[in-house]
Amino acid sequence: MPNYFPPNSNSFVTWLAWGGGIFALLLIVGLPFYARMNNNRVGVPVEQPVDFQHNLHVTQVGLDCRYCHTTVETSNTASVPPTETCMTCHSQLRVDTPQLQAVVASWESGAPIAWNRVHDMPDYVFFNHSAHVNNGVGCSSCHGRVDQMAGMWKNEPMTMGWCLECHRAPEKFLRPASEVFNMAYSPLADPIAQETLGATLVEAYHIDTDKLIQCSTCHR
Amino acid sequence: MKRTRRSLRLVLAALLGVLLLTACGRNMFDQPRVDAFDASPFFADGSGMRPIPEGTVSRERGALEPAYLTGMGPQGFLTELPIDLDVDVLLRGKERYDIYCAPCHNYNGDGRGMVVQRGFPQPVSFVDTQRLLDAPVGYYYNAITNGFGRMFSYASRVRPEDRWAISAYVKALQLSQNASVSDVPADVLSQLTQTEAAR
Ligand code: HEC
Ligand code: HEC
Ligand code: HEC
Ligand code: HEC
Ligand code: HEC
Ligand code: HEC
Repeated sequence: MPNYFPPNSNSFVTWLAWGGGIFALLLIVGLPFYARMNNNRVGVPVEQPVDFQHNLHVTQVGLDCRYCHTTVETSNTASVPPTETCMTCHSQLRVDTPQLQAVVASWESGAPIAWNRVHDMPDYVFFNHSAHVNNGVGCSSCHGRVDQMAGMWKNEPMTMGWCLECHRAPEKFLRPASEVFNMAYSPLADPIAQETLGATLVEAYHIDTDKLIQCSTCHR
Repeated sequence: MKRTRRSLRLVLAALLGVLLLTACGRNMFDQPRVDAFDASPFFADGSGMRPIPEGTVSRERGALEPAYLTGMGPQGFLTELPIDLDVDVLLRGKERYDIYCAPCHNYNGDGRGMVVQRGFPQPVSFVDTQRLLDAPVGYYYNAITNGFGRMFSYASRVRPEDRWAISAYVKALQLSQNASVSDVPADVLSQLTQTEAAR
């Protein structure tokens, strides 16, 4: 049997093993970090063409989410309001402030305001707002305290693991229908009371817990 | 010798196989289709969602009943609700009224809602203006559908059956805001006074 490798190639193997090990370690530590940094902008406010403030409109003016996000109970999308909705009030209110110039310009030209998306599921994931909102999952469970946000950001990672955390144990997160739009309510506030409440709610909403963790529920 | 060569090949094949496990970019993330609110270069204005073409006829409930859709019959505003009235309709009406109308008309209908307090023109009170107390239910439906003066139309935000529920609720609000103790049935009244006394 001829010698393919010179004798010092043994140390090459050791170096390779070390190098490979370090490389793998960097990959394991770095990749999730990179992925998070890149796609997942949790807590990073998104720049918008109009400085729209949820806290002002929801907490101070007292508007319900559905005043603007009109289809959230009936459709897949919650819908971002058209300029007409803003003009319902701002045709009379604060018409001349510079903050609203882009809104008035959009109303006059008919071109929609180009809001930047904050949440964007990959196209291979199916998501439906009405299925959640009508089954006792509140806005704040997924979007956080929108009523206190001046800007808008993703409050949760919205990864598959995050979705499944609830789909595997919905009883921990469900609330009565009357509290779905209440931003201040939290099912996590009182875990002991939630244990009995959650179990009755799973019954009351007829939630099919087997279906919730099947791949085809979200990937169809 | 043969064995070494074979294992070398196996290792190479395995390495290539590992390469196959890595993803090939994000082409499944943004598939070539238009989702709600996506921009699209396909249309001249760049918007993927299209406005409803002119002359489109709605196929939802009431499409063939103009009175149901407009609140107007041959004799003017409808005076009767075109849907069955029960407590669920009123509760639905209350919920929708509180979302879409109360910001201006206020929860009790007096027209001093939060937006008005911030400078929006004040509408007339629903509950102590004789003209509005006398107005038929179709009048309210019509105002929601077509707007009224400086108030925009809510037709794109509130569905016809909800508009009827709101109209019914406004009529109920007018009654309740102008009710006196003598309007309360005796058995309910005794319950009320009991809870009041228990306080
Ligand atoms: C006065 C109208 C109005 C009201 C009321 C309102 N929103 Fe919004 N919302 C908007 C507008 C306009 C945007 C788009 C601009 C932005 O992202 O800040 C938006 C964006 C959002 C987004 C991010 C959308 C994205 O791009 O992914 C979420 C989540 C949201 N709203 C939740 C809520 C919740 C929850 C409530 C009720 C507490 C609420 N909104 C009430 C107008 C409103
Ligand atoms: C189960 C979690 C969950 C709940 C509950 C939820 N959302 Fe969302 N929301 C999402 C996800 C995920 C997206 C991104 C959807 C996409 O990209 O297709 C989103 C997107 C949005 C958007 C952007 C427009 C759109 O529809 O894509 C708005 C506005 C919004 N949500 C408002 C609300 C409001 C208001 C409520 C409460 C009534 C609510 N959401 C409840 C998870 C949720
Ligand atoms: C129901 C009424 C209502 C609707 C609908 C509404 N707003 Fe407002 N908005 C208000 C009120 C009230 C204020 C506070 C005015 C004040 O400070 O007194 C306000 C303030 C603002 C301001 C701050 C103005 C300033 O001078 O500081 C901006 C920006 C704004 N709104 C944008 C929007 C946009 C964009 C929309 C549409 C998505 C919208 N609003 C829809 C009632 C409304
Ligand atoms: C806080 C809890 C919670 C979170 C978070 C959550 N879900 Fe759900 N999801 C539910 C419940 C409850 C149902 C209702 C099941 C039913 O209808 O029986 C549901 C139903 C669904 C359905 C079925 C809809 C249908 O048509 O029947 C889909 C799809 C879905 N969720 C996708 C998602 C995705 C994607 C995410 C992550 C972005 C997510 N969900 C996050 C609780 C949650
Ligand atoms: C509750 C909804 C839900 C269920 C159930 C679900 N997924 Fe997912 N899946 C998601 C979401 C949301 C993402 C996107 C995650 C992201 O963008 O970070 C995803 C992403 C993926 C991806 C792509 C990962 C990537 O990094 O590109 C694969 C592969 C996948 N899912 C496979 C599965 C399989 C297999 C099952 C069944 C065992 C399953 N999923 C069940 C919600 C779900
Ligand atoms: C943004 C504030 C605002 C909202 C929200 C609003 N309105 Fe109005 N409404 C007004 C104003 C202001 C007027 C008076 C208009 C005028 O005189 O130019 C008015 C007038 C009316 C009138 C006619 C009153 C009369 O004097 O004959 C009716 C009926 C009415 N509104 C019903 C409703 C209903 C029902 C809703 C909910 C679907 C609603 N409005 C929501 C501001 C509002």
